[in-house]
Amino acid sequence: MPAPSVEIGLHLPSALAWGLGGVVGVLVLGTLAAWLAPRFKPGKDFSELRLRVWSWWVMVALVAAALVAGWPALTLLFAFVSFVALREFLSLAPIRSEDRLVVLFAYLSVPVAYGLVAADLYGIYLVAIPVWFFLITPFLMALAGQTRGYLPTVSVFNWGVVTCVYNLGVIPMLMRTPDAEAPAGAAGMVFLLLFATEANDVLQYVCGKLFGRRKILPKVSPNKTWEGFLGGWALTALLIAFLAPLFTPLALGPSVLLAVLLPLAGFAGDVTMSAVKRDLGVKDTSHFIPGHGGVLDRVDSLTFTAPLYFHVLAYYALAKY
Amino acid sequence: MPSPNTDPSPFRGLFLRLLARPVARFLTGADVVGREKLPLTGPAIVAANHNSHMDTFLLLSVFPAEVLAKVRPVAAADYFLAGPALSWFARRLIGITPISRTVARGEDVLAPAKAALARGEIVLVFPEGTRGAPDELAPLKSGVARLAEAFPEAPVVPVWIQGAGRVLPKGAIVPVPMNCSVQVGEALRWSGDKPGFMSALRDRLAELQASAPPLRWR
Repeated sequence: MPAPSVEIGLHLPSALAWGLGGVVGVLVLGTLAAWLAPRFKPGKDFSELRLRVWSWWVMVALVAAALVAGWPALTLLFAFVSFVALREFLSLAPIRSEDRLVVLFAYLSVPVAYGLVAADLYGIYLVAIPVWFFLITPFLMALAGQTRGYLPTVSVFNWGVVTCVYNLGVIPMLMRTPDAEAPAGAAGMVFLLLFATEANDVLQYVCGKLFGRRKILPKVSPNKTWEGFLGGWALTALLIAFLAPLFTPLALGPSVLLAVLLPLAGFAGDVTMSAVKRDLGVKDTSHFIPGHGGVLDRVDSLTFTAPLYFHVLAYYALAKY
Repeated sequence: MPSPNTDPSPFRGLFLRLLARPVARFLTGADVVGREKLPLTGPAIVAANHNSHMDTFLLLSVFPAEVLAKVRPVAAADYFLAGPALSWFARRLIGITPISRTVARGEDVLAPAKAALARGEIVLVFPEGTRGAPDELAPLKSGVARLAEAFPEAPVVPVWIQGAGRVLPKGAIVPVPMNCSVQVGEALRWSGDKPGFMSALRDRLAELQASAPPLRWR
């Protein structure tokens, strides 16, 4: 049975149209709040909040346009995200000056990984980075002839490329699923991943602001609280359990599993990247996104939730993977 | 020797906007802290540290497009006017204001920069005089103070460029994309005495360097 759809010139499944519409609705509310906030708290500076909301509009517009346009657009968009995130990470991480050209080689992982997505070569994608990149990079570093700090630098390259490239590349990979395999098409599956991950970030933050009292990891992420973590977990899990049947082909059991695990993965990605940033001595990885910080700051949770989401779907439901 | 034509080509604006700026952003991220402190009208002097040929491209890419026509980097004549191709590129497309590093008797090496300031342009200077060791501030030359003295109404905006020495270090041929941070500081004004002005500029640059993201380059 074909998925019900609305006509907006393109064949857009109605669940996806409602989902995108819902996000726009939330953004309109956020924009109103950002504009009205100074009336209720005069004297406080809300320019950062406005920048933040404005940046959300741009990000949502880019992702929505790519979801509607199809897998080539989404592949290009995430290749760009991976490149900028990797550039942020490799610029902050301790790297030996002899490895300048190895850094250039590390960027090659972006066109290779996303090229494999475009060529629809999932089997090679799976090994390209964790086997071949992991073998060639240390070899090139050995050719550079510097053994001081060799092992820690290998781990810098490996960690950066896995999180920024390999783990995000599964998002356009998911987009290559035949539309018939999911109730709202491949774009609907990708939408739920991005929506649930960002909703989890926002809900953990809001619950923490409203109810936060007990610090959860004061040394790594001093603003995070147990109340924010648990509140965000519960609300996001409910959201996923409610939306999974509309956007994914998962049965009830795997849907519940995903609902329980995805917020945990989001939290894990967030605090892991916080630990990395704390070690590097920075709060934000750049100022690329006005009001948010760097691209890596925005996608930190996604580097953990994307592989989880992909693997749950691939294992329980998708015939293609 | 007649001085070479330093009027920018009519294609300079297009070149900077459509080619130089996207390439500079791709290679450096062009992260700017304190963008509102950049001068948008001339005469004004921007004084930055210098480690890489990327510095000029990076600075040109952080100005708004409508201001670019007035932004003129000061560059060493002995280096950039050496060959005909490089000279044409530097003068006509980058729009440099040449400065001679070897002083002939009676010659005012700052004359082209002063002429640019007199035209109300924004002049980019690298007071270290050359590309030094990566991300270290070499001793400053006092030409910037003489420019400020000649144009006391022009603000002197200190800028610290962090990381360009990794993208394209002195002597390297292949650029490697790495995030750079452009830290724009509060403008200085000519204070009336050269040593005081130079030490104030040096202090501002050192403060900006301290506030830049750390470079872990072992």
